[in-house]
Amino acid sequence: MTTANAIVPESGAPASGGNALLEAVGLKKYFPVTKGLLISKTTGHIKAVDGVSFELRPGETLGIVGESGCGKSTTAKMMLMLEDPTEGFIRFEGSEIRATDAATRREYRRSVQAVFQDPWSSLNPRMRVKDLIAEPMVINWEISRSEIQERVLKLLNDVGLSAYHANLYPHEFSGGQRQRLAIARALSLNPKVIVLDEPVSALDVSIRAQIMNLLKDLQAEYNVSYMLIAHHLATVRYMCTWVAVMYLGRIVELSPVKDLFANPSHPYTKALMSAALPSHPDTVQEEMILTGEVPSPLNPPPGCHFHTRCPFAMDHCGVDEPQVKEVGPGHTVSCHLF
Amino acid sequence: MVTQAATERDVVLRVNDLRTYFQTRWGTVKAVDGISFDLRRGETLGIVGESGSGKSVTMLSLMRLIPMPPGRIVSGSIMLDGEDLLQLSDGEMNRVRGSKIALIIQDPMTSLNPVFTIGNQVSEAIAIHQNIPKRSVMEQALSVLRKVNIPAAESRMRDYPHQLSGGMRQRVVGAIGISCQPQVLIADEPTTSLDVTIQAQYLALLKELQQDSNVALIFITHDFGIVAKMCDRVAVMYAGRIVEQGSVRDIFNRPSHPYTEALLASVPRMEEDVDRLYSIEGQPPTLHDLPPGCPFADRCQYVMERCREEYPTRTTISEGHDASCWRLI
Repeated sequence: MTTANAIVPESGAPASGGNALLEAVGLKKYFPVTKGLLISKTTGHIKAVDGVSFELRPGETLGIVGESGCGKSTTAKMMLMLEDPTEGFIRFEGSEIRATDAATRREYRRSVQAVFQDPWSSLNPRMRVKDLIAEPMVINWEISRSEIQERVLKLLNDVGLSAYHANLYPHEFSGGQRQRLAIARALSLNPKVIVLDEPVSALDVSIRAQIMNLLKDLQAEYNVSYMLIAHHLATVRYMCTWVAVMYLGRIVELSPVKDLFANPSHPYTKALMSAALPSHPDTVQEEMILTGEVPSPLNPPPGCHFHTRCPFAMDHCGVDEPQVKEVGPGHTVSCHLF
Repeated sequence: MVTQAATERDVVLRVNDLRTYFQTRWGTVKAVDGISFDLRRGETLGIVGESGSGKSVTMLSLMRLIPMPPGRIVSGSIMLDGEDLLQLSDGEMNRVRGSKIALIIQDPMTSLNPVFTIGNQVSEAIAIHQNIPKRSVMEQALSVLRKVNIPAAESRMRDYPHQLSGGMRQRVVGAIGISCQPQVLIADEPTTSLDVTIQAQYLALLKELQQDSNVALIFITHDFGIVAKMCDRVAVMYAGRIVEQGSVRDIFNRPSHPYTEALLASVPRMEEDVDRLYSIEGQPPTLHDLPPGCPFADRCQYVMERCREEYPTRTTISEGHDASCWRLI
């Protein structure tokens, strides 16, 4: 890490640096709020993402957890180049993606794919499965039809479907099978990173484990890194190697998954864990129910964004922004308590 | 809660052999096919199942809100406080619905009317069911809103639903539910659209309300976490039937139906590392074309020949804990 990003706390960037595949440095995304129809003027900004840094290494899974409005989906969109960051940059294999030429950017888009939450709306209902899965290859690769055909069948097989399914339409599949199709499509270009935006939360309980296990198997087979957006902590624990906890556009805690669950440090992380539902009626949980709701990102509280709901808030929490402190190897927290 | 339920022992709601079928162009869909359970005062019963298991149709049948046609409650009885809801006329049912048995629906975005104020919608239920002057209706509406911890309740009375956050809206729906002190309150996935910290607040509120009024709660959910946190007893549904029911500890410690066992094993845990989750293969069956025998047979790891021929009889495992599986016989 260089000194160039002194403006933002280097939250997240684990000490090692070097071998990161994908790196976000001080990412910010402000959406202007305008008023007036003809002569519109900007009256403020929604600070959806407000200085987020992390890195993703080959073969690992980074989970991003937080409540709605914390900026996790906007972060994912920026990683997919669907939104341009207001500030900060993304580095892929060492080079900053927005500073490079069009060919490299296209290569980046090929290497970073996505699987979305709702497989009912993410697959074109008018295309047959074989065309859906072949489409990225037809666009991006110059390979023959028979090669594409062969690869479609292999992908279908890898996600647990069979050659027979290739000629069907998406509506003929159940939710779990559709999510398998979306995964096959995302894998078709041999990507290096897949952004998974709540990949199982729209599925039935008995199907979720199937898809989570499939994603883990495919990760090993294709050596792909995942960025998993989730709100369910147990899913994150099962799937991830690293976890970033977000609140109101900022990462409040970033840690290797084991360390986060063994030693949650930020009060918000603790609150999330105590709010999570127990897996057994006899589970003893720390009672820490937060009062109030997440403040508006249009006008986030000064100082630490969490101080309005924090049970440990001190006077200066509402004034100074907390610095990022390391509390364990790779485990960083932004909180005045440390 | 458990001790109270045990001492009083009074059953508020007794459902016996309830069957609700739908006529569709693919044939008869047996959405609920012979379920029976008891609910005691102050107790919380969780009805767990996946989509298509019949849990929501059960809820609609209890409220007698099944659209007829195509639906029809074919047989069974729903005894609420000594009165069979299925024998009541529509007018009599309107009197019961909302006052003795009330409902909190899943989605607070659509369950409130966007063109009426909060005060209007809360007082509507009170005005319909209680013959009291208009001023006291408003007073009572206000006190109900205070009970569900809505800050600045007076000014909120004049607000429209879109001015409230999701959590607040769900509180309003809860307020309408409890406004006439019902004996049974059915909550259909009341927190699925809420964030986790808001969910925790809402669940704590429901517990508090239950302790105050001793209402019997039915929680319709697909999430065993909610069951573990909230419920005293659990009924697990699969393909329109209750496959296992028992106390919450019986279900978690000694799941006896393979479906319950598999479902519990397939949920990741927050407290410990799991290398690999157990995953149930296949999908829930379609209800219009159920095979004879046990509908779980195709996905069951212990399947025997008999399972495909005959539906298993209900077997008692211990007091209050039973399951329908041939393995137990």
